[in-house]
Amino acid sequence: MHKICGMNPTPSRQIRRLWSIVAILTLLAVGWEAYKWIGETTGGVWPGTTTRLPIRTNSRSMPHLWDIAVSLFRPARRGGEDILLVILLRAGWFTLRSALVGFVAGCSIGFGLGLLFVRSRLAERGLMPYVVASQTVPVIAIAPILVVWGGRLDLPKWVSVAAISAYLAFFPVAINTLRGLRSPAATATELMRSYAASPNQTLLKLQIPAALPFLFPALKVAATASVIGAIVGELPAGLADGLGRAILGFASSFSSAPEKLFASVVVSALVGLVFVGVVALVERLVLPPTRRIDPTEAAASP
Amino acid sequence: MTDAVVLNDVSMVFNQGGDNQVHALSEIDLTIEPGEFISLIGPSGCGKSTLLRLIGDLISSTDGRVEVNGKPAHLARTDRDYGMVFQSATLLEWRSVLANVTLPLEIMGRSSVERQERGREMLDLVQLSGFEDHYPWQLSGGMQQRVAIARALAFAPSLLLMDEPFGALDEMTRERMQTELLNIWEATDTTVIFVTHSIPEAVFLSTRVVVMSPRPGRIVDVIDIDLAQPRTLDTREEQRFYELLTVVRESLRRADR
Amino acid sequence: MNSSPLSAKACEGPTDDVIHQLAFSRVRTMRRLANWLPAAVLFVGGLLFWEAIVRAFSIKGFILPAPSAIASAFVAEWAALRTAGVSTFATALAGLAVGVSLAILSALAAARWTPVRDGAMPLAIAANSTPIIVLAPIANSWFGLRSAWGTILVVSVLVFFPIMINLVKGLLSAESSQLELMQSYAASDRSVLWKLRLPGALPYLFSALKVAASLSLIGAIVKEYFGGSQERLGQYITSKAGLFQFEEAWAAIVLASVFGILLYVAISIFERWAIPWHVSIRSA
Repeated sequence: MHKICGMNPTPSRQIRRLWSIVAILTLLAVGWEAYKWIGETTGGVWPGTTTRLPIRTNSRSMPHLWDIAVSLFRPARRGGEDILLVILLRAGWFTLRSALVGFVAGCSIGFGLGLLFVRSRLAERGLMPYVVASQTVPVIAIAPILVVWGGRLDLPKWVSVAAISAYLAFFPVAINTLRGLRSPAATATELMRSYAASPNQTLLKLQIPAALPFLFPALKVAATASVIGAIVGELPAGLADGLGRAILGFASSFSSAPEKLFASVVVSALVGLVFVGVVALVERLVLPPTRRIDPTEAAASP
Repeated sequence: MTDAVVLNDVSMVFNQGGDNQVHALSEIDLTIEPGEFISLIGPSGCGKSTLLRLIGDLISSTDGRVEVNGKPAHLARTDRDYGMVFQSATLLEWRSVLANVTLPLEIMGRSSVERQERGREMLDLVQLSGFEDHYPWQLSGGMQQRVAIARALAFAPSLLLMDEPFGALDEMTRERMQTELLNIWEATDTTVIFVTHSIPEAVFLSTRVVVMSPRPGRIVDVIDIDLAQPRTLDTREEQRFYELLTVVRESLRRADR
Repeated sequence: MNSSPLSAKACEGPTDDVIHQLAFSRVRTMRRLANWLPAAVLFVGGLLFWEAIVRAFSIKGFILPAPSAIASAFVAEWAALRTAGVSTFATALAGLAVGVSLAILSALAAARWTPVRDGAMPLAIAANSTPIIVLAPIANSWFGLRSAWGTILVVSVLVFFPIMINLVKGLLSAESSQLELMQSYAASDRSVLWKLRLPGALPYLFSALKVAASLSLIGAIVKEYFGGSQERLGQYITSKAGLFQFEEAWAAIVLASVFGILLYVAISIFERWAIPWHVSIRSA
């Protein structure tokens, strides 16, 4: 009786949600510009005091938001043909490609580990602590070393970058695959036993379908992780075509054109959002709404 | 003497005007005197839990008058006139048994000394002395439900609202809990409103059984249970007990038609 | 009113209980050992195998240094590593503290007011799927390469979103019957927050904290790949790797891992102390 309202939020609720999002974004933008305005009127101190503001408010440190937006549509170099947005999108696509390869490889490894662990207690006990430890270990710290390895093996540099992405992506997939494969109730497993189903049949008909709702949130985390891995991996790899180097480049020319750095950060964020968005779209196509784990509830559960 | 509960032409409609509108209760009239033990019985969906929540002011009725101890339901709630027991014990897992029992006293700002004293007294009443420092997960389902009853009685409310409190227990535990509940009822002079869908439970416990029909929920019969007090294990063997089971069962069958 | 057989348990003497618990704890210790044995065997075996491979094929240090070489680099570089490690660890901790504090305040606001939640949660989830680490060069230009504030800013933004999302979920996790119970006591909003919502949210906070702990250290290191002080681990690793001194780079990674594990263990111990009642701890 008390859960009459359905699973799907009503249209009016969705509209109210949209308004809240717009309101918060507006508030953040106004906050940015207001802080800048205060600093510029007081000469960089808190109003009525002599305490300096923590961040300088000149156009170099904090460009106007519209300047950042406009810079995206201006040529990136003097006399250059392409506008900044095109250059950044090209770099984004380059980075996304390495990330995608790493994502596929990492997710396959993660899924494989999940399958292995659910089949073999010994493998789980022996390997699981390392899979978990890999999270507390700053795996991304080995990026410079992986790049040297790749160079020694005469592999193209983007392979090393993809390997770093894979290293970051596999963990959430492995953990959630295992959780998902173990999620069917004991009675469901007993039912399969009563049919004398083979382990493979149980896996295909029961365990993998049951694991899907757990798998997709992990894939979203892995998508973000692989983009991070690709951007960070490009730094030591010295890959000039990707977002990582583009950001570093704009950071070094920060004093002359700060809005370009901010614009490249915005595009990097978009690349991450698009990747996760695609995974979310696939989830929508594959899983009915009742089986989807609400993203607001998908964060690490205790 | 003021009546314990007065329901006057009470109706309840969920999602009024929406396309998923549900007419849960219609034209409910009922007066309950102090010290009564009333059972609300009916098929699932007859709105008996909704009626209980209306009396407790956990939801507000669409229409009609709900009075508890001679005042509107919301005043009775803020005056803490009733205790509530749910089907699940609803214990807070981070609190010990004693701390769970004293939770309402804490919220009402009673002194620590009074809380300790009263909490132990209540645990004694429900036969759980010695379990003060245990945690909910260390107790069986029946014991958890006794903690919930102790908690509901901790601040000595004049009215006890119980929503299928023994519904999740096995039959043996359930019958033992029923006897204990009647003992507590006699010892404390509390008025009890008890939602159930078990006919023997309703007949064994109650002074009156209120039979309800489904969609929209209406009261179809109020049956006086004239079994002798106090009720014991032998009550369930009496001829009159079986006759009353039949009366309630036939009334329910008519209600469901 | 007969005392039920269930309450008979309380009358048993304390000695039986103690003996029972002792026996139980010994079984438990054995089982825990058995659980860790395969991992421990693999760890020692893996190290020996690693060392053997490197020696047998005389693999050069810049490809894969032997564990013994990393260990000796660790000893030789200890002074530099300690300074860099402590400085990075302290910065990571400061960023974690700032990020967690802000996340707790935001989560309380989001759990309290539906309009705030409606807007903040989708934005937080979106922000959490972006590569936040790219804020590093902006932080560098705001605070300068040598300042710790840039790292603190990046780390605090990194840990903010997972903590906030999880805590909001935790604050909203109270069951409807628990809320009805509080309502039946005419409990104030403050009572509901302190006696129901916050204790119920603690397990969610701790699981997010464990994720954030490793994130803070990784963030503090990787932030410096975009430039940072020479006296911190991130720059130490990149500069040593750039000079092909991989024993030293690996030694720094080992140190970072040790810090990460220490932080994780510290939070786990705190968790055990704070929420001994939670199913994840009592069944462990």
